[in-house]
Amino acid sequence: MVCSLSSNIEDKLLESTVKLIEAAAIWLPRDVEEALRRAYEIEDNPATRSFLKAMIDNVEIARSKKLPICQDTGIVMFYVRVGDKFPYIGFLPSLLKRATVEATRRIPLRPNTIDVITGKNPGDNTGRYMPWVEWEFVEGLDHAEVTVLLKGGGSEVVARARNLIPAEGIKGVIKYVVEAVYEAGPQPCPPVIVSVGIGANVAIAMKLAAKGLLRPVGVRHEDPEVAKLEEMLLEAINGIGYGAHGMGGKVTALDVHVDYAPRHPATLSVAVVMNCWAARKATMRIYSDGRVEYVTHPHLNMEVA
Amino acid sequence: MAEYKLVTPLSEGDVRGLNVGDIVYLSGVVVTMRDTGHRRAVELLSRGEKLPVDLKDLALYHAGPVVRKVGDRWEVVVIGPTTSTRMEVYEYDIIEKTGVRMVIGKGGMGPRTAEACRRFGAVYTVYPGGAAALQAGQVKRVVDVHWLDLGMPDAMWVLEVENLGPLTVVIDSKGRNLYEEVYREARRRIDEEIYPRLGIR
Repeated sequence: MVCSLSSNIEDKLLESTVKLIEAAAIWLPRDVEEALRRAYEIEDNPATRSFLKAMIDNVEIARSKKLPICQDTGIVMFYVRVGDKFPYIGFLPSLLKRATVEATRRIPLRPNTIDVITGKNPGDNTGRYMPWVEWEFVEGLDHAEVTVLLKGGGSEVVARARNLIPAEGIKGVIKYVVEAVYEAGPQPCPPVIVSVGIGANVAIAMKLAAKGLLRPVGVRHEDPEVAKLEEMLLEAINGIGYGAHGMGGKVTALDVHVDYAPRHPATLSVAVVMNCWAARKATMRIYSDGRVEYVTHPHLNMEVA
Repeated sequence: MAEYKLVTPLSEGDVRGLNVGDIVYLSGVVVTMRDTGHRRAVELLSRGEKLPVDLKDLALYHAGPVVRKVGDRWEVVVIGPTTSTRMEVYEYDIIEKTGVRMVIGKGGMGPRTAEACRRFGAVYTVYPGGAAALQAGQVKRVVDVHWLDLGMPDAMWVLEVENLGPLTVVIDSKGRNLYEEVYREARRRIDEEIYPRLGIR
C-alpha cells in the first residue's frame, strides 16, 4: 500500500512538473508582458513599434494556441529551494530529469543539448549534467520551490565575466555593463533583462548574475544602494538607444538586476548575463502532502484543483 | 521606409529596389540553414558539388524550427530566426555560389555579407526574434527536409511561406548596413552623453 501511494504521488508530481515547463514555454510571465506593453506605448519609431506589436501578438497567440513563445525553447535549467524536512527530497533529481524528457516530447520543446565531444544530439534535452539544477537547502522548511528557466542561446552568446582592478570600483562595474550591452547590440533580442553579479571571483559573480534573471521585472534589490545602482544602470542602458531588436528606441532593457557578494582584497569580479525579451520562467511550490501550487502562473491552480 | 510584398523566385530587380529600413512580407519558398548547415554547404560548394536544393533566387533563413511528424508529413510547430552573426564567416561564399537573393535572420551580419549583397544583388532582412508562434501561422507547409542527421534545429528545412514578416531590410544591395549605423549612433551616445553624465572616462 505504502509503495503504491508513493508511486501515485511520483506520477502526480511528474505531471505537475511537465505542466510547469509547459507554462514557462507558453505563457510569458505577467511582469514581462506588462513591461513589453509599456515599451510599445513609449516608443514612437514605426519600425520599432511594428516589431513590438509582432512580439506582443506572438505572446497572445502562444498563450491561446498553446505554442512555445520562441522556437528556441532553450536549455532547461532548474532552481530548487528545498527544505530539509521536505519528504520527497531524494526523488527530486530524477523527477526533474524525467519531466524534462517528457516535456520535450509533449509540448514539444526543441531538443537543444548537443554533446560537446561527440556532437550528438540525444533529442530529449538531457545529457551530461543536463537538465541543469541549482540547489538551495533551507533548514527547517518542509516544502520545495521549483523554478524552471528556459534559457535561450541567442541571449547567452553575449554573456561575459571579468576581473576588474579593485581601483576601478563601482564606476568600473557600470562601464563594464554598459559596454557589454553595447557590444551585444541587437543579438540577444532586446529589449533584454540585464543581470549583473559582483563578487570575489568570476564563478561567484556569474552565479549571482544568472540567479538575478529569476527576479521579476520591476522588483528592486532589497538594499537601497544596490537598488539605486540598478536604476542608474537601467537609465544608462536605455540611453544607448537600440530599442526592440536594434530598430532604434527608448527601451533597450526592460530591467536591470544587480546582486553582490563581498570581494577579495585583490579582486573585483563582475559578470553580466542577459535574457531575451522572451524571459520564460515558471515557479511551483510542492508541499509536504504532495500538493502543488503554481506561484508565477496561478491560473494553473484551477486546472489542478 | 516603404513596405513591399515579394514572391519567390526573387529577381535581381526585386532586391536591388530595396533600401535599409524597408519592410518586406515574403511569400514562396524559404530554406533554413544554421551554422552546421552552412559549414556543410560551403564544403559541398567548394568541391563543386550541388546542394540538395538550388537556392538561386530563393530566400535562405537562419532558423531552427520545432517540428513534429504527423503521419508521414512534417509539421512546423513554431519557427523563428537565430542569431545571424554566427553565419557571417560562410555567407559571402553562399551568396556568391548559390545566387540566393535574400538572407533572413536576426541580430545583424558583417561587412563580408554586405559586400556579397552589393556585388551579387542580395539583401539581409531580420524578423523579430522570439516571435515564433506568430510566424508558425505564416508557414503553409514543409515542402521537404534534408540533412536530418544534423538534428532537428540544424537540418535543412524547405518551407512554403505566405506573407512571412514583418522583415526589416538591414543590409541592402547598395552598401548600407542599418545595424552598423545603429552601433555608430550608440557609441556616440555612450561617449558623448552617458559616460560624461556618470563621470566615467
